[in-house]
Amino acid sequence: MAKPAELSPASPAMEVRTPPKDPGPSKLAGPATWVDERIGLAKLMSNIRKVFPDHWSFLLGEIALYSFVILLLTGVFLTIWFKPSMAEVDYAGSYELLRHVRMSEAFSSTLSISFDIRGGLLVRQIHHWSAMLFVAAMTVHMLRVFFTGAFRKPRELNWLIGVGLLSIGLVEGFAGYSLPDDLLSGTGLRFVDGLIRSIPLIGTWAEFFVFAGEFPGTLVIPRLYMVHILLVPGLLLGLISAHMALLVYHKHTHWPAPGRTNHNIQGYPFFPIYVAKAGGFFFIVFGITILMGALIQINPVWLYGPYNPSQVTAGSQPDWYMGFVEGAIRIIPNWEWHVLGTTWSWNIFLPGVALMGLLFTALAVYPFIEAWITGDKSEHHLLDRPRNAPNRTAFGVAGMAAYGMLWLAGGNDIIATQFQVSLNNVTYFMRVAVFVVPVLAFIVTKRICLSLQRADKDRVLHGSETNIIVRSPDGGYSEAHVPISQGEAYSLTRHPQLDALPPNGEKLGRTRQRLSRWYADGQVPTPTVEEIEAAAHHSDAPALEGSDTAESGVSH
Amino acid sequence: MSEQKNLPVPDPGLEEHEHRFTDVNEAAADRAYRQIVGMLAAVPVLVLAFLFVYFGVPKDAELVLFGANLQMQTTLLGLTSGLATLMIGVAAIAWARSLMSDEEIVGERHGAASPPEARERVLADLETGIEASGIRRRKLLGTGMAGALGLIAVPALVSLADLGPWPTPALRAETIERTLWAEGVRLVNDVSYLPLKASDLEVGQLVNAVPETLEKIEDGTAFQQGKAKAAIIVVRMDPNSIKIPDSRKDWQINGILSYSKICTHVGCPISLWEQQTHHLLCPCHQSTFDLANSGVVVFGPAARSLPQLPITTDSEGYLVARSGFTVPVGPSYFERDSSKDFKEGDR
Amino acid sequence: MRFLTSGRRHKAARPLLLLLSLFLVGAVYAAVSPATSSSAEGVADAQLVAAGKNLFAVNCASCHGLNAEGLAQQGAPNLTNVGAAAVDFQVRTRRMPMANPLTQAVPGSKTIFTDDEIKALAAYVASLGNGPAIPDQNQYDPSNVSAEGAARGGDLFRTNCSACHNFKGAGGALPNGVVAPRIENTPPEQVWEALRTGPGQMPVFAAGAIPDQDVQKVIAYIKQVNAAPSAGLSLGGLGPVAEGFWAWVAGIGSLVLFAIWIATRGTRA
Repeated sequence: MAKPAELSPASPAMEVRTPPKDPGPSKLAGPATWVDERIGLAKLMSNIRKVFPDHWSFLLGEIALYSFVILLLTGVFLTIWFKPSMAEVDYAGSYELLRHVRMSEAFSSTLSISFDIRGGLLVRQIHHWSAMLFVAAMTVHMLRVFFTGAFRKPRELNWLIGVGLLSIGLVEGFAGYSLPDDLLSGTGLRFVDGLIRSIPLIGTWAEFFVFAGEFPGTLVIPRLYMVHILLVPGLLLGLISAHMALLVYHKHTHWPAPGRTNHNIQGYPFFPIYVAKAGGFFFIVFGITILMGALIQINPVWLYGPYNPSQVTAGSQPDWYMGFVEGAIRIIPNWEWHVLGTTWSWNIFLPGVALMGLLFTALAVYPFIEAWITGDKSEHHLLDRPRNAPNRTAFGVAGMAAYGMLWLAGGNDIIATQFQVSLNNVTYFMRVAVFVVPVLAFIVTKRICLSLQRADKDRVLHGSETNIIVRSPDGGYSEAHVPISQGEAYSLTRHPQLDALPPNGEKLGRTRQRLSRWYADGQVPTPTVEEIEAAAHHSDAPALEGSDTAESGVSH
Repeated sequence: MSEQKNLPVPDPGLEEHEHRFTDVNEAAADRAYRQIVGMLAAVPVLVLAFLFVYFGVPKDAELVLFGANLQMQTTLLGLTSGLATLMIGVAAIAWARSLMSDEEIVGERHGAASPPEARERVLADLETGIEASGIRRRKLLGTGMAGALGLIAVPALVSLADLGPWPTPALRAETIERTLWAEGVRLVNDVSYLPLKASDLEVGQLVNAVPETLEKIEDGTAFQQGKAKAAIIVVRMDPNSIKIPDSRKDWQINGILSYSKICTHVGCPISLWEQQTHHLLCPCHQSTFDLANSGVVVFGPAARSLPQLPITTDSEGYLVARSGFTVPVGPSYFERDSSKDFKEGDR
Repeated sequence: MRFLTSGRRHKAARPLLLLLSLFLVGAVYAAVSPATSSSAEGVADAQLVAAGKNLFAVNCASCHGLNAEGLAQQGAPNLTNVGAAAVDFQVRTRRMPMANPLTQAVPGSKTIFTDDEIKALAAYVASLGNGPAIPDQNQYDPSNVSAEGAARGGDLFRTNCSACHNFKGAGGALPNGVVAPRIENTPPEQVWEALRTGPGQMPVFAAGAIPDQDVQKVIAYIKQVNAAPSAGLSLGGLGPVAEGFWAWVAGIGSLVLFAIWIATRGTRA
């Protein structure tokens, strides 16, 4: 942390525009010179006044980053006692209700972390909550990036890295869920065994390779442990570093506002503001996660009991991020093919393996497909307001709706019991809803986006409502409007218009041309200079411009 | 997309900086300063409380909070350390928000691409390097190196072939196609291993059962693998209310039937049996099987009927298996054609 | 054995149901209450059965028939061999009498009969055939179960019960709107009766497979596992669905609020 004494609130922070005032010889000069002469510190730190824009939605990715750090810290603590072994032991620890029940060493050591190590249960709960938040924060961060168009050139590769992080984040979470070898994790593993087995051609081979023979075998937990604490965290660490490096290289996107262009970036300097804000946010994320670990019980494995292949519990569900796969598997009809003496289990392969592939492929190719449709090759550092990209927004909401329907289907038994409806009816409903609701969501969202565009245009042309009703000399009533500030009008009108690709401009394929026309169709054109002027003259009479009640002037 | 050259409303430029209260009012700044220091001062207090809880509160102490009965140690350790951590964060943010200079600054953006000169220089350097390597003249060097690099992955990949045993037909017959059930093996209650007497079973009864041979398996892995396939449920229904196909007439005794407990969808153990409808529901994905009709699927994603275990009684009246399962239990797999498994309408 | 209807009719209008049950309560008190409650103690078995027969005729016969032979189209089962335990369970938990044939008999808050009336009804039904009797305390009382016995009870519970009733007895879903009820606080006597008589869709778990000692262990486990302190609020024991809900609402929700606080500019002078 910085030395507080050096911070004077009056010190100017405009280094980029004006040369800094000379603060006198720095007290840090001695040690700094020592380090600089060895590793060129000054070159490394030349960026410490780098500018970061401020917006709450830019902090969502930080939640994911900090959750990852929390996972590393708490994970290391847990490895001190956890034994990834499927060897059977006689449990003699302090949780009486499982004494002398057959269980694996993995489960028994999880019990000992929970009941014999002070704070062990707390750390387990923090680790699990943090894992849920890690994937949740990645998801909302990705949605933010999607809906604001921040994945566009030059950030497509960083988007791909993000998709990679999300997908292996799921693998990491699932591996961790399986390690304690409790009843739910064993049920989950058995599910994965069936899932792998369903892969056409190589199913049984893959199954025997993963489990080192028949389920459950002795090796799957030690292997998942390696995956969970070495292989995947290593990959995550590497990808996160690349993600951050590209973020610094591209500089963060920013929202359109007066003075913000595609060629500048406005915000606060990394040091000291962002060191304090980002550092502080880390502690807030950590603090909230600890409080969740303290106050809300999660994954009470001692209640589930050790894995036993003949036991199962009502409400057997995976963690939330695998819920969409679970939902798809619950609502798929029982399709199975028999071809030339072989069996093709579509009822598992499609919702299990293929759906995940479909989701991540769709996410990965989206930026390229959009760029292909729009023919847009320019760099974008200003974010789109979601309403100004109605098709993209509608597509995103439709995707969320499909995901949400699958998610609900994954909890169909809980829905049935909590809302007292028939489980079968919930399932039949979801089979239809998973296709119909996204289409409805697309149409509704696109309409809403276009309406919002229209409202923006109205606001620019006619100003904002004042809630003041004016009676005109001839007895009519109307609501007075005040013109909006030039800054706001600029923000509402600066977005580029979507153009359909010129016909036969460069030997376009028919499909591309049609898609491009559809994509640009329906948008509300931003008002022209003439329209704005005409509206200003027209509204002179009823508007309160110039009177004392006007809240803001036209411009500064 | 058209670049915004002629905007309808011109860019008025950056808004003027407005000062905060804490910038212009020394008293407000002092108040913020005191609040931040106060939050930081709470941290040592909370850390002390944490230590007190860690060393002073026994593991089995209980605490009632929001009407719930909680483990006092875990909850208080979390509350103290969580609040302390949160305080540090909130203090840092409050410092940044109210006391650090909040003049926004503006930086330049440069395109992601390198300047054209740099690109040309690198391309030229590359050309020079390629020329110097001699690969252009001796073409086999390139192909040879690429091929060698590709092939060196082969040993790495092949070494993974021992990840697990190969599921050859012979191995499959020994593993996933075989269970502990065989002629004469008694059905015993799971957990307690009590043998089941046919005369003790009532109509409407469900027993979660395993083969008696399971109890004697010492090895944990063999035990789990054995149980994962051999677990069964035994039910007794009114013989007049169920459909028994001719081929399965002697697979049951007086309406006592036995089915695999392993779902044919992805292998969850199922025992949610409704004694009036005779339906058996899988709690994982809700496949439903009709036990009064040879275990055919009536709902859900499972495609194959639940395998039925042929049973009879031994000389003492205890239930025993008549043979092993006639089809493999659990999920389908590629190599076996399951189209000949029992289906609705088979005799 | 099948006490409850498996009728497929759906719920009638709620007000109608309420009226019906109010009417039933009134009818029972007016018709029976004075006659039996004062004289139940110490009467001979024959008298008890006779009183039960009267009660049965007024409260049960409309569905189950005057001689408890059942009525198929009402979905009301034959009761000649269900035994006293089944009557005690169904009536004491207010599953019976049902106001209307529903998918499933659901327990009410309080029985509409007195202890003596329940005894009389049970004695009457028991006199019709063979079925489990109301258990003695030594059959179900879990107080003598050792710590190890309770752990064994847990194993039995997870093998036989948790598939429907969930890992700590919070209940679960069955096909076509049927639910397995919560059993965390069910009195031991009723757990025993439910196992032996198989109410509704629940199968019978008879003594041949699960002897009384094992039932006591299961009861001891249910009691102890629900009495043990939890590591934070337990979210109704619903498992990962509830956990995911809280991760989003409490976790992401509160962190987004903090993020908004971090990024908004404070009040300007």
